[in-house]
Amino acid sequence: MKVAVRYFASLVERTGVEVESVEVAPGDDVAALWERLEKRHPKLEGIGFRPMAACDMEYTRWDRTLEGVKEVAFLPPVSGG
Amino acid sequence: MERLQDDPIRAEDLVREVRGDGDGAVALFLGTVRNRNAGRRVLHLEYHAYPGMAEREMERIEHDAAKRYGASRVAIVHRTGRLEVGEVSVAVAVASAHRAEAMEACRFVIDTLKKTVPIWKKEYYEGGAVWIEGAGDTPAR
Repeated sequence: MKVAVRYFASLVERTGVEVESVEVAPGDDVAALWERLEKRHPKLEGIGFRPMAACDMEYTRWDRTLEGVKEVAFLPPVSGG
Repeated sequence: MERLQDDPIRAEDLVREVRGDGDGAVALFLGTVRNRNAGRRVLHLEYHAYPGMAEREMERIEHDAAKRYGASRVAIVHRTGRLEVGEVSVAVAVASAHRAEAMEACRFVIDTLKKTVPIWKKEYYEGGAVWIEGAGDTPAR
């Protein structure tokens, strides 16, 4: 099963993409997906913070499984205002 | 009412959108682009948002402000794209029967927005640019 992964702010600069499609295994949670992404984009390691995750535009915990999820976003600490 | 927009924010539009005849107060907050941050001269800014989720989080804050403070209506508009020093980056308007609720709700809205709404600021200086990340802790729900 595939999910769309979206990056924001400095994470875009580290991955070189804003959005990409990633194959995930049944039972994978957000944390497992992130490990996979660190292998794909070595610059994600050592970012100095753990990004927030959102599944289908709702903030979520990292132990949420990706069953039925279409889009996962990784969000650095926000700085709007 | 909540939206992201590339065009300049007109505060009077928000005031018109929130005010009703039962309201005795409208509190308005404008965030503006500063020319310095952390000792460096800022030339201009860029705001990027997560469209869809940003509006959803703003709507949640409006709902909470109405529920907690009894505000009649709340409007939030945030700019995206390039902004020059002095421009309005965010506007919050809250209408209420009385001033105390309007002002408290307005503060709640901007404080919460800065913690939860997925929008990021990039600051441009002489010879470089930096993503600002981390105005607050974002709670998992």
